[in-house]
Amino acid sequence: MSDLTDLGIKAIRDGVRGGEFSAREVAEAHIDKVAAAKPLNAFLIETPDHALAAADSADKAKAAGEELAPLAGVPIGMKDLFCTKGVMARSCSKILEGFTPQYESTVSGKLFASGAGMLGKLNMDQFAMGSSNETSAYGNVVSPWRRGDGSATQMSPGGSSGGSSSAVSARLCPGATGTDTGGSIRQPAAFTGISGIKPTYGRCSRWGIISFASSLDQAGSMARDVTDCAIMLEAMAGYDPKDATSLDAPVPDWEAALSGDLKGKRVGIPKEYRVDGTPAEINHLWDKAAAWLKDAGAEVVEVSLPHTQYALPAYYIIAPAEASSNLARYDGVRYGARELPDGAGLQDMYAATRAAGFGDEVKRRIMIGTYVLSAGFYDAYYTQAQKVRALIARDFDRVWEQCDVILTPTAPSASFGLGEKSDDPLAMYLNDVFAVPASLAGLPAMSVPGGLSNEGLPLGLQIIGKAMDEQGVLNAGLAIEQRAGFTARPEQWW
Amino acid sequence: MSVDKEQVRKIAGLARIAMSDGEIDALVPELNNILGWVEQLGEVDVTGIAPMASVIPSKTLLREDVINADPQTGGNVRDKVLANAPVAEHGFFAVPKVIE
Repeated sequence: MSDLTDLGIKAIRDGVRGGEFSAREVAEAHIDKVAAAKPLNAFLIETPDHALAAADSADKAKAAGEELAPLAGVPIGMKDLFCTKGVMARSCSKILEGFTPQYESTVSGKLFASGAGMLGKLNMDQFAMGSSNETSAYGNVVSPWRRGDGSATQMSPGGSSGGSSSAVSARLCPGATGTDTGGSIRQPAAFTGISGIKPTYGRCSRWGIISFASSLDQAGSMARDVTDCAIMLEAMAGYDPKDATSLDAPVPDWEAALSGDLKGKRVGIPKEYRVDGTPAEINHLWDKAAAWLKDAGAEVVEVSLPHTQYALPAYYIIAPAEASSNLARYDGVRYGARELPDGAGLQDMYAATRAAGFGDEVKRRIMIGTYVLSAGFYDAYYTQAQKVRALIARDFDRVWEQCDVILTPTAPSASFGLGEKSDDPLAMYLNDVFAVPASLAGLPAMSVPGGLSNEGLPLGLQIIGKAMDEQGVLNAGLAIEQRAGFTARPEQWW
Repeated sequence: MSVDKEQVRKIAGLARIAMSDGEIDALVPELNNILGWVEQLGEVDVTGIAPMASVIPSKTLLREDVINADPQTGGNVRDKVLANAPVAEHGFFAVPKVIE
């Protein structure tokens, strides 16, 4: 039998249904792989019992001749941002050390109800604030990829869903949950040669997901191909009355409608995404992808999104502002860590708890957010950024008159070595330059692998679609996948 | 606009984060670097543009007026609410004395 950990979500689902192997065999193979992958530091908490219980229930249903649930027999990884009942959720911050949710997030609950089992909780940037997975309080995640020159430099798996990207790429799990506030699914997917989709804002309930920036946060799926992303996203999405920003709309059967035939579709190439400093190999891959989509039957048109350059600075006002408000809840009273210096009063306890609990990047963003929301600066920064956000959304609205999806690179670079960019917060922020506009506009967007860089590292391509048109995004992603022929995978060194 | 040491100390106070002089000193240039960069938003003409707070129309939904309409967000779960408290006493969250 081939290695079960090489199989994707669809292959596992179909194999269990067809009786080619048992769900337990699948779960055990992945559990072993997870346990042996400590050097990647992707899984922080392993939950083999959860995965085995789900597998056994799939096998039992199969033996009884019952119809199997959509993800029966599929073991997945869960980003630490999701609250899962009885398993510690820390958002990879010390301030939530020991926090054990008494409830199940809507998305994880839906995945489990669909038959998926959980292999464990995945490392991430602290409170999802980071683009390289170096802000976790529990250590960096290491990408399974290495540069092609034989060097042993530890590479970044991207962030913030870096545990997810590393684990899926290293074949520790066929799929993992991610969340995307300003690129946190797409950029790590691009860095590790996997696929990842952020659906339209509101598709997946935020209930039980530890908040970063509520008007931007959106959960999505990360897997090794477009079909697997579609299958997993279907299980995650859906209206939830417990989330006031949940979209009350039926979840389409994305998998069934997948088609790489783009006849009659128009693909927009936004000229503003050709920014100075992007390596030639990335622009070259972008051109190649445009040709692939043309080959798939689409018409390729140049379009303009005039406010693109302002998306990132607007994001770095809006996201920290919302974060400073959301993270006010961590005060050492209701959950997580408490720091109580001798003789301290309540206010001192708050300040000491937050000083000890938050990492440097989280503090930095809370400080920026507090400043831009403070009296005297609110209009100049926050209101202005919200107006610019409206203009960015309007740019997209207008462009949809000329095209159905937009094609861009996912990130302005391939993965970089851990530590190579961490000294300069601003340089790190710039890595999300292509991902952030779709987040601000709440649009569905995905990254699919397009090829390898000169250094032998994966490069991703991004498809952005109209609100609610995940299908268009997935189909264009599939058309690229069918032509890119991306079969490279990291060689196991861990 | 830029911030100085005193302003950073004030922001840290508003954010309820205890910071040493060294930490404040380190943050001043970092914040100014970021604030200097976001300043470019000022050059965008936003005449007549309403600030966007949400990408989807927000409407306030009402739940059914019954107790425990959804058990996960309903009542009668005091022990679960307190389960993660650093200190809980007599069915309440416990904090240091706030009355001098």
